[in-house]
Amino acid sequence: MSSRDAILQALRQNRPPASPLPEPPAFPAPDVDLAAHFRRVIHEIGGEAVDVDADAVAATLARAYPGLTHVASTVPGYGNGPGPLQAVRDPHDLAGLELLVCRGRLGVAENGAVWLPESELIHRAAPFLTQHLAVLLEKERIVWNMHEAYARLRIEEEGFGVLVSGPSKTADIEQALVLGAHGPRSLMVLLLA
Amino acid sequence: MIEPFLALPVVDHPAAAARFNADEARTDWHDRSIWHAREKRDLAARAVPEWEALREAASQIKVHTLSRLDEYLAAFEAKAAANGIHVHWAKDAGEHNRIVGDLLDRHGARRIVKSKSMLTEECRLNPYLEARGIEVVDTDLGERIVQLRGEPPSHLVAPAIHVKKEEIGALFHERLGTLEGATDPQYLTEAARQDLRARFLAADAALTGVNFAVAETGGFVVVTNEGNADLGVHLAPLHIACMGLEKIIPKAEHLGVFLRLLARSATGQALSVYTSHFHRPRAGQQMHLVLVDNGRSTHLGRADFRSALKCIRCGACLNTCPVYRRSGGHSYGSTIPGPIGAILTPGLGLEKYRSLPFASTLCGSCSDVCPVKIDIPRQLYAWRQIIARQGHQTAGKRWAVRMAGTVLAQPALYRLLGRLLRWALRTLPRRLIYHRRNVWGRHREVPEAPRQSFHAWYTRHRTKR
Repeated sequence: MSSRDAILQALRQNRPPASPLPEPPAFPAPDVDLAAHFRRVIHEIGGEAVDVDADAVAATLARAYPGLTHVASTVPGYGNGPGPLQAVRDPHDLAGLELLVCRGRLGVAENGAVWLPESELIHRAAPFLTQHLAVLLEKERIVWNMHEAYARLRIEEEGFGVLVSGPSKTADIEQALVLGAHGPRSLMVLLLA
Repeated sequence: MIEPFLALPVVDHPAAAARFNADEARTDWHDRSIWHAREKRDLAARAVPEWEALREAASQIKVHTLSRLDEYLAAFEAKAAANGIHVHWAKDAGEHNRIVGDLLDRHGARRIVKSKSMLTEECRLNPYLEARGIEVVDTDLGERIVQLRGEPPSHLVAPAIHVKKEEIGALFHERLGTLEGATDPQYLTEAARQDLRARFLAADAALTGVNFAVAETGGFVVVTNEGNADLGVHLAPLHIACMGLEKIIPKAEHLGVFLRLLARSATGQALSVYTSHFHRPRAGQQMHLVLVDNGRSTHLGRADFRSALKCIRCGACLNTCPVYRRSGGHSYGSTIPGPIGAILTPGLGLEKYRSLPFASTLCGSCSDVCPVKIDIPRQLYAWRQIIARQGHQTAGKRWAVRMAGTVLAQPALYRLLGRLLRWALRTLPRRLIYHRRNVWGRHREVPEAPRQSFHAWYTRHRTKR
């Protein structure tokens, strides 16, 4: 018998008594300003969130990241747009990336997470290789909690998607918080009206 | 049951804990720093009004899933295969290691990067691969520290929690060329970042664990704070994910329940920095997933103990445990330390791990903080009974319990011995009372002996009335 069949048979033999699947819990949003809450949480977790007018994004980015030369954008109209990233064949070529600008598909107020599906990244490795990450997010895409987030997302729609909440961090040396463990050293979310 | 470890000597938790406690200042430091994690968890949990409802939901989802584990795994396998993920099944640690080793060979992979996976620790994958000539680099900072030190992790979430920054500074000075005497966490982390960045870029394959696999969608979720799992897998042409059977959940919506609990319970974060959802390999990449039994299907059949399979490895029970905090993760001699390890590990070899269920005061704090409501103290107690029945106790404890049984069954004898003991405590010199056989009195004062027993007092009181 194959290992697969042996394991499944053992699991069937040792089945615990049936137990129903609970109804999905729903905990509705308290009466808060979702965008304000989201901004506050992002600050608490070491990121930055700013309200920006659509026509001020480029200026805001230029002010926030002066002097960076290796900048990539997956958003048409910002930086050089997605063209250069689409031309990259091997993600190893992105090793020197200093800033990635991309669009977030959804924000979660309770924990400051932003959903970045593969199609917004072009390269899955890009938001991890880059030294700094800037995400554009429309305020109306912010939901209150993770239950609402998963009710909206279809996680299998794309091959890869990641919820990012804050810059890469570690506390593995005596629990001292250090930003920029392996991934981005900073995260900025630009909130669009 | 397949024993994943070599036939090592019996784990003696009290002896290992005594060695740990020999350095009192360090024990206090360890205790305090781990309690800090518990405090962060409390703050995070209290900030969620529906916390208890979430725990209950998480527990019920896991109980349900365990009752149909075979169905959900088969459904997951079919979906995952349709998504282009290669699914493998391993009965035990040996088969798991062979599958991973053969995959690496087939791809000609010599250098691999690995993110956190307690399962691969359980299977002793690293030494196996190294013996096959493969370079394995653990990329989580804490895991890298313990790998360079040549030890196993001492905590589920913070593998190097037992190491001081001075020791890490000395280690990095020797291995990564950092400045001598440097202890600044920021500086040391940066050094590891630079060193590991090069290894991510050079890796032929990346290994990860799995936090959750979703039966409904045929994908899996990996959670990190550092981004190390993602850096590995999105660069390498081969991704191998290793997963214990119990990590399956039925639906994507259940992720909302578990992820709200996991990071808050583990580190007090509302969510880990990266929650990565994998459903299909990227173009030109191969994605493999190894489903590992290694005793889990047997454990499922143990009615008294199966709920330990609900565990999501947050480490909250470790952080709250007065014994874990003061004895350190290594004293358990098992891959999973702490209260949850003390109920999971005896199933892998009762004789070897017989001391673990006794490494507890049964205070119950572990189940109070457990996000999936595992009844850890009840299981510790149940293991103790089995261990006693099978005669796995030390001769001293067996004798003591037998004596207690005899005395407690005979009131006259009990009263006589009580009188003798009260006399002895009042009369005998201190060095006799605190004889080395008096283990209880080693760190405590024996209570003052009353003039008369409660029984005598009660009898007189009743007679007067």
